Amino acid sequence: MAERERKLTPPRGGAFVPRVQVLSAADVHRALTRIAHEIVERNRGLEDVVVVGLQTGGVPLAYRIGQILGEMHDGAHVPVGTLDVAFYRDDIGIRPVLPEASTEIPGDLAGTVVILVDDVLFTGRTIRAALNALSDFGRARSVQLAVMVDRGHRELPIRPDYVGKNLPTRFDEQVDVSLDGVVLGDVVPR
Amino acid sequence: MTARGAGSAGTGARSSRARTGSGAAARVGAAERSGAAARVGAAERSGAAARVGAAERSARSSRADVASRQDSDDGGSVPAPAPPGGPGGRRRHLLSIDDLGAEGIATVLRLSDRFVEVARRSIPKVPALRGRTVASVFAESSTRTRLSFETAARRLSADVISFSPAGSSLAKGESLRDTVETVAAMGVDCFVVRHGCAGVPAQVAGWTGASVVNAGDGWHEHPTQALLDCATIRQVLAERDGLAVDDVGVDGFVGLRVAIVGDVAHSRVARSGILALAALGARVTLVAPGSLLPPSLAGWPVEAVTADLDDVLPETDVCYVLRLQTERGAGAFVPSPREYTAGFGLTVRRAALLPDHAMVLHPGPMVRGVEIAAEVADLPRTVVLRQVANGVAVRMAVLFLLLGAEEVTGDA
Repeated sequence: MAERERKLTPPRGGAFVPRVQVLSAADVHRALTRIAHEIVERNRGLEDVVVVGLQTGGVPLAYRIGQILGEMHDGAHVPVGTLDVAFYRDDIGIRPVLPEASTEIPGDLAGTVVILVDDVLFTGRTIRAALNALSDFGRARSVQLAVMVDRGHRELPIRPDYVGKNLPTRFDEQVDVSLDGVVLGDVVPR
Repeated sequence: MTARGAGSAGTGARSSRARTGSGAAARVGAAERSGAAARVGAAERSGAAARVGAAERSARSSRADVASRQDSDDGGSVPAPAPPGGPGGRRRHLLSIDDLGAEGIATVLRLSDRFVEVARRSIPKVPALRGRTVASVFAESSTRTRLSFETAARRLSADVISFSPAGSSLAKGESLRDTVETVAAMGVDCFVVRHGCAGVPAQVAGWTGASVVNAGDGWHEHPTQALLDCATIRQVLAERDGLAVDDVGVDGFVGLRVAIVGDVAHSRVARSGILALAALGARVTLVAPGSLLPPSLAGWPVEAVTADLDDVLPETDVCYVLRLQTERGAGAFVPSPREYTAGFGLTVRRAALLPDHAMVLHPGPMVRGVEIAAEVADLPRTVVLRQVANGVAVRMAVLFLLLGAEEVTGDA
């Protein structure tokens, strides 16, 4: 979603035309469940784990992961926060950058294990901005990255720790991710 | 909204004429200048408003149903003729509330919420405007506005240079224009200008390629004050209803009864405030002695004008108390401060007439015992310090919109 938003902003904007459904809603749920298990496995439990969803595409995924983690551990409370990285982007002044939604980080992140959640990993620039933003909330013990779709085309040395699906794409294709599924499509110019 | 937008644009044109008129009564030279500046500003204005509006539209349209808004986006993103020399070939100004319109005000308020959150962080600073330079040019005394702007710029990681006439080359006889051009030559992206004469910020906008923010010009306007007042009102309204500020939008202003009390004639705060509140749909009543009203209110978007404060207060949601601007000669328009207080001061007795939910705002600096009683100034419903706190967030929003959220020119 977030990626689509940026692509659709004028003057490059266009209409998103879905072409192929890659994952169904059930597939997305299964992938999130697997990611939740991998998070527990890698961190040997949920101690100090904080899930942070990137606005706007990563937020519903983050809340779902938090919910699954809670269910896995008898209702253990995993703090979930949201982060809007607009003020940390490196394309301010190049394209319209306006924050989409609120940043709510649960408490100080010092010493925590932050699971950063986004919908699509593409150039890596959003994650770069998110890492900078996170450091303003305290020195996390570690930051791990969970994405529903890794579509390639990285422009920065950033890699995900948990991936829902690796999805090779053309640079000009669009990936739309929500809890209802993953759709590959194109942006058609007006 | 379209109708209201068109209405307020028309009002702006009319009221700038009225402003020129009131200036002429006092100072012929200043009036001439403000007239010229108003024309410059008007030409500039429509472009700036369209661009800010376009940025907002693009952000919103990208959220969901895109197709339906494409046409308007197209219209909004047509690049205005860019003046030469501006950074990126584009510059935007905030000279008057008219530059923004209802939609622009809503954008600023929404963006301010984000910066209110930034201010709550342990490190209340973001790198958004790294490498930009903001120059504050204050040719009139100011504490809160200047500090507020400079704090806002620093919290956005912009560099700040500042000068005031005393201690600058202006004191040696250099003209303001030469001074501004000199500073601009050092590479400034934005001038924050306060001056005792109406229209100076608009003139500065014509002299440089940088963005210009009006931080108060004479009796004319003080747009960021109006914006922070609106932000404060919106915050209080949201809290009263137990809602998140995000969820209330600007609908809370529709039908809101606002009484602006005191020295309207000399108040740029009142002018900007009236324009902003009316654009958002509030019903504004002016309460002032005839001597402290401008010669003509033609074109001012106010509901009513009265001199009976006791009569208005029970029907008021927001009581906006203005300071008696003695430095602009307001003292000569009232028999004595005590008499002014007797008729128009917000005394303890009068404050009790306000409905329970009503809030009291004051642009500061307060003169306790004249326009507002000390006890009233300390009531929880008096939100002066919140206004100041919001001032930083609102000015961050304004600077970010002018310098940061730029649109692409051409294909990127």
